[in-house]
Amino acid sequence: MPSLKDLKNRIGSVKNTRKITKAMQMVAAAKLRRAQEAAEAARPYAERMNAVMAALAAGVGNAAGAPKLIAGNGKDQVHLLVVLTSERGLCGGFNSTIVRLARAKAAELLAQGKTVKILTVGKKGREQLKRDHADKFVGHFDMSEVKRVGYSNAQAIARDVLARFEAGEFDVATIFYNRFQSVISQVPTAQQVIPAKYEGGDAGGLYDYEPSEEAILADLLPRGVATQLFTALLENGASEQGARMSAMDNATRNAGEMINKLTIQYNRSRQAAITKELIEIISGAEAL
Amino acid sequence: MANTLQFDLVSPERRLASVTATEVMIPGADGDMTAMEGHAPTITTLRPGILRASTAEGVKSYVVTGGFAEISATGVSVLAERAVPVEEATGTIIDDILAEARSLAAAATPEMKDMAEKTLADVLALRDAVAH
Repeated sequence: MPSLKDLKNRIGSVKNTRKITKAMQMVAAAKLRRAQEAAEAARPYAERMNAVMAALAAGVGNAAGAPKLIAGNGKDQVHLLVVLTSERGLCGGFNSTIVRLARAKAAELLAQGKTVKILTVGKKGREQLKRDHADKFVGHFDMSEVKRVGYSNAQAIARDVLARFEAGEFDVATIFYNRFQSVISQVPTAQQVIPAKYEGGDAGGLYDYEPSEEAILADLLPRGVATQLFTALLENGASEQGARMSAMDNATRNAGEMINKLTIQYNRSRQAAITKELIEIISGAEAL
Repeated sequence: MANTLQFDLVSPERRLASVTATEVMIPGADGDMTAMEGHAPTITTLRPGILRASTAEGVKSYVVTGGFAEISATGVSVLAERAVPVEEATGTIIDDILAEARSLAAAATPEMKDMAEKTLADVLALRDAVAH
């Protein structure tokens, strides 16, 4: 049985915790709004980009000399998994869901006898994957210095991935991130970026190309990879804040319940102590 | 206003403009081109330069780096990698772009050298154009 003083201290500390989680929830809510706006602002570009790429890819995609970024390099042996996670914890299952999906994919590929390489973005995913896939790490991007995800961040990652592809380090690249649906629901997503899959393009021919169709495609494909990464990073950013917000909301509510319970226990103990003292006094008086 | 076309300028991070314009001058990779209503559908890549759109409120200019433009009979969509209104293009932004072009040119492989050098030259020309 904890003493009254212990209980009081306990209540005090849970109250402090509640204050912190409440503050974190509000910060996450503010950041979420900003992240959503950023994702919203990036959408027109990504949509246009995809539409044009789809049209171009449909026109050139099946030709023999199609760029490797669309047609692949003809192999399917080495897979690069780009796992995008957050830099900070306390966001519920946000990182775990991404890592779980990546891990499942890795296991599936390994079972098929493929080689798996992993590139991590964000500290949390790296920590979780380190346990059983540390030998497959080929690189890491630290985003802890990045306050606001910009296109240049995505570009840096894309450049690295493309350089590896050019060097023949892998054949297929897939990115893993959480697609933002709502504050309470984020969908872990695997998306293949190399060779790129663009759907719904009707074969071009409508357009004049300047310089040539091939030159444009060669220029655009790396940009397409960067754009996909950028979209993924933004979705991830919004998802992270959403996940954190709901996790902190839960934590705040739990702290409230805990305080109620402890308060009841505290009051009971106090009452018991008073009753005990009274009994002692009365029985003392009777003894006289 | 007759003979207008829809002009959209988007960068990955935001939409900079979505207005009707009478003509849009685009710094294409193979040379400048001006798009007006009824232009043949064209897709062109951009070189670093200044993009000018003549709208009802006057001519608006933007500094763009790479990217591409999609021209159709009724509209122009420019997807620039980086775009800033000329008024906001201060020395630091241009220096930034310049430094990036320089580092790319320095790191370029022999077959990419020409491209990177050309980009660098374009950026230098752009800087002079903005300064005036």
